[in-house]
Amino acid sequence: MEFPKELRYSREHEWVAVEENIATIGITDYAQDQLGDIVYVELPEVGAQVTKDEAFGVVESVKAVSDIYAPVSGTVTEVNVGLPDSPETINEDPYGDAWMIRVEMSDPDELEDLMKATEYKKFVEEEKEEE
Amino acid sequence: MKRTPLYDTHRSLGARMIEFGGWEMPVQYQGGILAEHQAVRTRAGLFDLSHMGEVEVTGPGALEVCQELLVTDIARMRLWQAQYSVLCYPSGGIVDDIIVYRMAEDHYFFCVNAANIDKDFDWMLSHNHGRAEVRNRSDEYVLVALQGPLAQMILQRLTALDLSQVRRYWSAVGEVAGVSALVARTGYTGEDGFELFVPAHQGTEVWNACLDAGRNGGMVPVGLGARDTLRLEAGYLLYGNDIDAQTTPLEAGLQRLVRFDKDMFLGREALLQQQASGVSKQLIGIKMDEPGIPRHGYPLGRDGNTIGHVTSGTQSPTLGAGIALGYVPPDSAAIGTILTVEIRSRQARARVVDRPFYHKG
Repeated sequence: MEFPKELRYSREHEWVAVEENIATIGITDYAQDQLGDIVYVELPEVGAQVTKDEAFGVVESVKAVSDIYAPVSGTVTEVNVGLPDSPETINEDPYGDAWMIRVEMSDPDELEDLMKATEYKKFVEEEKEEE
Repeated sequence: MKRTPLYDTHRSLGARMIEFGGWEMPVQYQGGILAEHQAVRTRAGLFDLSHMGEVEVTGPGALEVCQELLVTDIARMRLWQAQYSVLCYPSGGIVDDIIVYRMAEDHYFFCVNAANIDKDFDWMLSHNHGRAEVRNRSDEYVLVALQGPLAQMILQRLTALDLSQVRRYWSAVGEVAGVSALVARTGYTGEDGFELFVPAHQGTEVWNACLDAGRNGGMVPVGLGARDTLRLEAGYLLYGNDIDAQTTPLEAGLQRLVRFDKDMFLGREALLQQQASGVSKQLIGIKMDEPGIPRHGYPLGRDGNTIGHVTSGTQSPTLGAGIALGYVPPDSAAIGTILTVEIRSRQARARVVDRPFYHKG
């Protein structure tokens, strides 16, 4: 399982890549593994407002529906519009081709609440043990 | 939670476990649900169904008792024949859907749903009135299903029985991998295949022998996740979702099973009455016209009004579209009727289609 060092992670298993004031958001390798084969994804449109810890989209595996939560607040500036046509990309390349949205952050301080790779790895291991 | 004798085997194969009907069962192995689904459609898959129950009715009164319990006419069955049937309450609601095997004139073997074992056994006992011996033998069997176009070829490597002589919905007794088994040509996948009832303590042996025999044919172990997508594509009902005590066989599209020409069976009066007055809801198959996955409980609409609900739904791996079963009033049940499925407060377009959704190629 991969935990790229350059990313920040939420407790709901989203990742964030930050470049200046823009946050690129997706779901983690652990999240896609837990969900299993992903067969459907619903994303917001450009211009939509997202709020930290509130759902901005949905992924569905064969068995279950899961909300995707915004790790930061802001305005959606770009959406991976090809993703709904090939949701399996989320299983195959969660940190790369399966990025979901880019958000212009309204409060970059929110990044402080996110975990670093080593912290997230530990968080996942604890979650696994509870299974 | 209960575990089947194959629990450790599943874990060693990398299975992910879930709760199902009080049992801890594999939902998928390492390849994932879609790969397992595809393996069964194109090659073969191996399933542990040991959570399902086995109830036996024997003795001079066995036929009479079974005739009262089931809506089908089992007097017409030949020895070793299998039949899909339902047990009904006097109300016409369904106690369970089962497969019954006729093992002898006075010996009937019921394969029942895992979550219904105790309920069915109590129900059967309470209507026995001392005429037959009714025994719950669920703990004595491991049930392994080998399903898919290569099933016969693979299983033939393990048995001296001539499987080409065992037709669909028939069974035979013989040895599989040296273990005495009831070999039934039945299944819940829409593919050819077999279900093997073997003594519980020899279940692991048979499972491993099947897996070995199928390995170079591309057979894989298959969990409940793919079992559900396979059965839905094939249009099979799931008790607790698509049928229950509040639905009758006439509503569920099972009228072909109901033999009103039998003198007496539980539910006969209510079903006769319903047949005369007409049903108020009817099971339909639905295919999505738009992206979106219909799921259990989602409202079904027509012209802006809610007219029913989805009872089972999934993204069909074979069709690449959402499919579902659900109930609507008969005037909305015609093939081609345009409906909506409410998915997270969006009205997504769907249509009523013929079942099964998938026919084996």
